[in-house]
Amino acid sequence: MARAVSTQRKALNTTVAWTIGLLIFFPILWTILTSFKTEAQAIASPPIFIGFDWTLENYAVVQERSNYMRFLWNSVIIAGGSTILGIIIAVPAAWSMAFVPSKRTKDILLWMLSTKMLPAVGVLYPIYLLFIQMGLLDSRAGLVVVLMLINLPIIVWMLYTYFREIPGEILEAARMDGASLREELLYILTPMAVPGIASTLLLNFILAWNEAFWTLNLTAVDAAPLTAFIASYSSPEGLFFAKLSAASTMAIAPILILGWFSQKQLVRGLTFGAVK
Amino acid sequence: MSIKRVLGASTALTLCSAAAFAQDTTITIATVNNGDMIRMQSYTDTFTEQTGIAVEWVTLEENVLRQRVTTDITTNGGQFDIMTIGMYETPIWGANDWLIPLNDLSEDYDAEDILPAMRNGLSHDGTLYAAPFYGESSMVMYRTDLMEQAGLEMPQAPTWEFIREAAAAMDDPENDINGICLRGKAGWGEGGAFITVTGNSFGARWFDEDWTAQFDQPEWNEALTFFVNLMNDYGPEGYATNGFNENLSLFQQGKCGMWIDATVAASFVTNPTDSTVADSVGFALAPNKEGIDKRSNWLWAWALAIPAGTQKEDAAKQFIEWATSKEYIELVAANEGWANVPPGARTSLYETPEYQEVPFAAMTLESIKAADPNNPTVDPVPYVGIQFVAIPEFAGIATQVSQEFSAVYAGQQSVDEALEKAQAITTEEMEAAGY
Repeated sequence: MARAVSTQRKALNTTVAWTIGLLIFFPILWTILTSFKTEAQAIASPPIFIGFDWTLENYAVVQERSNYMRFLWNSVIIAGGSTILGIIIAVPAAWSMAFVPSKRTKDILLWMLSTKMLPAVGVLYPIYLLFIQMGLLDSRAGLVVVLMLINLPIIVWMLYTYFREIPGEILEAARMDGASLREELLYILTPMAVPGIASTLLLNFILAWNEAFWTLNLTAVDAAPLTAFIASYSSPEGLFFAKLSAASTMAIAPILILGWFSQKQLVRGLTFGAVK
Repeated sequence: MSIKRVLGASTALTLCSAAAFAQDTTITIATVNNGDMIRMQSYTDTFTEQTGIAVEWVTLEENVLRQRVTTDITTNGGQFDIMTIGMYETPIWGANDWLIPLNDLSEDYDAEDILPAMRNGLSHDGTLYAAPFYGESSMVMYRTDLMEQAGLEMPQAPTWEFIREAAAAMDDPENDINGICLRGKAGWGEGGAFITVTGNSFGARWFDEDWTAQFDQPEWNEALTFFVNLMNDYGPEGYATNGFNENLSLFQQGKCGMWIDATVAASFVTNPTDSTVADSVGFALAPNKEGIDKRSNWLWAWALAIPAGTQKEDAAKQFIEWATSKEYIELVAANEGWANVPPGARTSLYETPEYQEVPFAAMTLESIKAADPNNPTVDPVPYVGIQFVAIPEFAGIATQVSQEFSAVYAGQQSVDEALEKAQAITTEEMEAAGY
């Protein structure tokens, strides 16, 4: 039975939730506001939040200097490709760990997660040399593989957690009805885990979209995604905060919109199995 | 068919093939994001029209660029045909044969016109490995109105004692004006560079002739103590995290009486679009301690170099000749005015009457001339470089040392503690590197 909540309590909860939400959103809001200021207004102290002359000049300069669509397209391909490839590999792996665990399953899961603790720069040179030999430098295919490998432990872990919530008996019943392994995965398991798979997809897409170490180090011109686009507006000698903010706003806009529209699925997926 | 016609036809055919070859050539240039480099990108079409060589730009933040091009050049990755590198990397990379020598540039280019200080800093064993696109030293930029109000007159070559006196006179916390703004941010190229040149001007040095660290010497203690006291008394709050951009922002908003930093900042602080104090800025040489004949000015150049792994050496050389030529300077001057041309690279620029009228031109040249990378300190040193030591280990060591110094600026430890740690860090790293 649901617990009765007083109006006062509700108001308090709402206020706290809004405050936390605004605090988290504030840096993004500030970036967006700064992108409409002049460079002089962008560095004003104390900062100006509302009463400034709005200008689109920074966006015009960024559009003129950079081929935004090329960076955007590369980001979509790299983030989308690595996420989809990761899911294709992770679904069977997570199925096996969730439904036919071995003695070492837990150890393998922990080992997989431990690979995330390795600082990326530690393997920069080996991977760079491999990429040279395989002709993968500055290629989207190379980055799709690298980002997939980086995010694979998270994908497997997330899917494993979701799959564990699905009763094994349902899969057994399907097998008794003559379903093959492929059919069991495709027609029984996957539809039941859709919220979990959707949230895994979205979260990993965001992670791959924002990845800035490998995408900066393994690309030059052809495969450079939006992280390289933002980096080109950062400068230690000269003030380009307004332009940098405009570039950042343009880079985060697609993912922000995607997140906004899919927030229901994301919340549903992330809380999947929390209430039985 | 006459011989003339045959010759004409074959010449035309050769030119056509050359043009067709050039049209197919695209060079990739890695560069930093700053005003002069962005301006150069906007003139790329002119170069392409003249030569038929297309140019792709990879613009990155300075530290990202450094990591990116270092990875590529050490692995012979061949991602870039031209790299924008600084005075620190050039002699080290040149010595390792990672760069193509630029000794065979055309006569029209007039390599002898490159300022001698820049030429020396970008050479190894007398071989030029990178052509300077623009060069800089450091100098004092001060508010002439505040100086006048304080009843003081800035000498052309001030001492640290005078700088302290002027900072005290101009400091006005009630009106949000700091007597002086200086870099305190950790990082070898940020606060690390500034405290190194300050050390030079107090008679300190990083190493003695046997590569022994010198932070346990009294000169370092005196320099660091002076800097900390000066900034604690008259500097902005939180100066431990201020670098070039933060101080530029403060100065442009009229919140600094003085700022000692890169000469390239002069064009920013005198630009009325961005600076509220554009019409009241004066310039002077970087200070020294009285009796010490080394000033606290550095020497730096952003230069274009060709990595040894490139397949397009000829096209890359053509671009470098164009971008660092006298003609390029004239092109920018004609379109955007003499104040916006890349400074500090060519002698002839400072002989141009129109450029001599630019308010900061003379002091920039004086500052560059006063910097000698081969003799940066009072006592002899085994290294080249003024605000850096041109050895591969320096960037790592200096970043750690500058973090210790920034901790002093933030009030987290004493000068003695920081110097003790700096000595230990430097000694350990140098021993590990086999010095």
